[in-house]
Amino acid sequence: MRSGAYESVRTYRLIVGMWVRSTMAYRTSFVLTALGNLAATGLDFVTILLMFSHITVLGGFTLAQVAFLYGTTSTSFGIADLLLGSMDRLGRRIRDGTLDTLLLRPAPVLAQVAADRFALRRLGRITQGLAVLGWALAHAGIDWTPVRVLLVPLTVLCGAAIFCAVFVAGGAFQFWAGDASEVQNSVTYGGNTMLQYPPAIFARELVRGVTFVVPLAFVNWLPALRVLGEPDPLGLPGWVDFASPAVAALCCALAGLAWRAGLRSYRSTGS
Amino acid sequence: MTVPVSEAATEAVTDTVIELDGVEKVFDVRRKAGPLRRLRTQVRAVDGISFTVPRGEIVGYIGPNGAGKSTTIKMLTGILNPSGGRIRICGLDPTRDRTRLARRIGVVFGQRTTLWWDLPLRDSYELVRRMYRIDDARYAANLAACVELLDLGPLLEVPVRQLSLGQRMRGDIAAALLHDPEVLYLDEPTIGLDVISKTRVRDFLRRVNAERGTTVLLTTHDLTDIEQLCRRVMVIDHGRLMYDGDLGGLHAVGDSERTLVADFARELPPVEIEGARCVKVDGPRQWLAFPAQASAAPLVAAVAAHYPLVDLSVREPAIEDVIARMYGEDADRT
Repeated sequence: MRSGAYESVRTYRLIVGMWVRSTMAYRTSFVLTALGNLAATGLDFVTILLMFSHITVLGGFTLAQVAFLYGTTSTSFGIADLLLGSMDRLGRRIRDGTLDTLLLRPAPVLAQVAADRFALRRLGRITQGLAVLGWALAHAGIDWTPVRVLLVPLTVLCGAAIFCAVFVAGGAFQFWAGDASEVQNSVTYGGNTMLQYPPAIFARELVRGVTFVVPLAFVNWLPALRVLGEPDPLGLPGWVDFASPAVAALCCALAGLAWRAGLRSYRSTGS
Repeated sequence: MTVPVSEAATEAVTDTVIELDGVEKVFDVRRKAGPLRRLRTQVRAVDGISFTVPRGEIVGYIGPNGAGKSTTIKMLTGILNPSGGRIRICGLDPTRDRTRLARRIGVVFGQRTTLWWDLPLRDSYELVRRMYRIDDARYAANLAACVELLDLGPLLEVPVRQLSLGQRMRGDIAAALLHDPEVLYLDEPTIGLDVISKTRVRDFLRRVNAERGTTVLLTTHDLTDIEQLCRRVMVIDHGRLMYDGDLGGLHAVGDSERTLVADFARELPPVEIEGARCVKVDGPRQWLAFPAQASAAPLVAAVAAHYPLVDLSVREPAIEDVIARMYGEDADRT
């Protein structure tokens, strides 16, 4: 008997592969939508640039340092959005009954929902995030040590994993809450926007919330403080800057449990 | 497309493909009963159903809207878990072995497609092939057969969303059969189809059943489907099995009547005859109802002996009427 993880990845790849092929059948359309995605997400950063045309420091961070925050969270979010961006369609699938058809196939439901309508155009956001991150790394005046070099890619990957967990948990929530895609969006898109700015400009309670409740601070804030050599507004011990992998693993495990519980609930209530 | 040949000994054991024992499904329904108050009521959508279906049978599963037909199908496929009772399909428990069972059953929902809406049929089938791990030779043979019999050739490159209802239904049926399922569930497979499409779908199902020995369970509102396909009918209402038997037996249960239409030489008052009652008079023509099980011969003889009979015909009861009468009795109860 093959393992569930193997089956999930296989199913995901099968469906994604098919969507990519079908997208590529209309190459011009793909290039245009990807460019559109790139431009739309790029406007976010223009906002920050405009802000810094009037100020030189925001919450103790320079433009290049804010760009570092922006680049890490955008790339992380972009990866999660590319992989699992279709999760917010789950609510609609439950309402119109098309989730049932996924349960009829010999494949894990989560992989089928996640891979549905895989949109390669979302590469636009990742490209834009990486470009800003590259610029930030060159201009933020980082005092490079081997630990800091390692911490940058680790931050991006763990951040992506945490966002993925939020996407899955948000999907699971929709099993109970009819259409909760807006709640999910407030955490994912809202969180992404928040993480583009230094933690010091937000109220302490909010920073605590995204540290301990929805652990978005581990996406980039805490490791970024270490990379940039900035003080932590919450005064947490230094090791939490390296806790992102553990937090990411925990989030994914919890999201997986929530998904199972949600699906079980669906199969017993049918709505 | 060959029927797997099993030895006689195993045949006896695996003969029953669908097995339900006291299956129940209870839903909690919450509805508003004021600005804050919510009333919670329990709805017994399926209320203790038991039946078995042997391999190779075509069974019609009929009942009015909301009778519990779709809920039953959802439990048989593993979409919904039963609240009580026991289900075995091909020896598997749909609740626990959903994905293993999925490889052995095919499902067609008339109201919604199981195909990928934005993809051409061919891509959908290819995905089905890989998802179900169908080996190449078998896939090629099954696809070729479906394409030929369901006339899908010109449709293979068309995205599912552009297909007409009848075309989509044929596409869905083909998709459900590519992996050689042992059981095929059809939930209203002919709903909304024109006469030609209906005939084509029925012919195809009959052929699949005959050639592959596929067990078929179908729900429908179209009683012609039942008359043309099913040797056995189950009628469900209010979550309970009201009837389980052959089509003919429905008449006995429903107290149905046949009608003798008699043309007399002249206008007569309503005739009075033992074993029949006059239900309608129109000039010299009269309609005499008599029990469906009774023979028409003695009645005809009696009428001819006492009245100036010119011509006659006997009308069989429509199943619609029989079932309507069963539902009617049931509706009075609620």
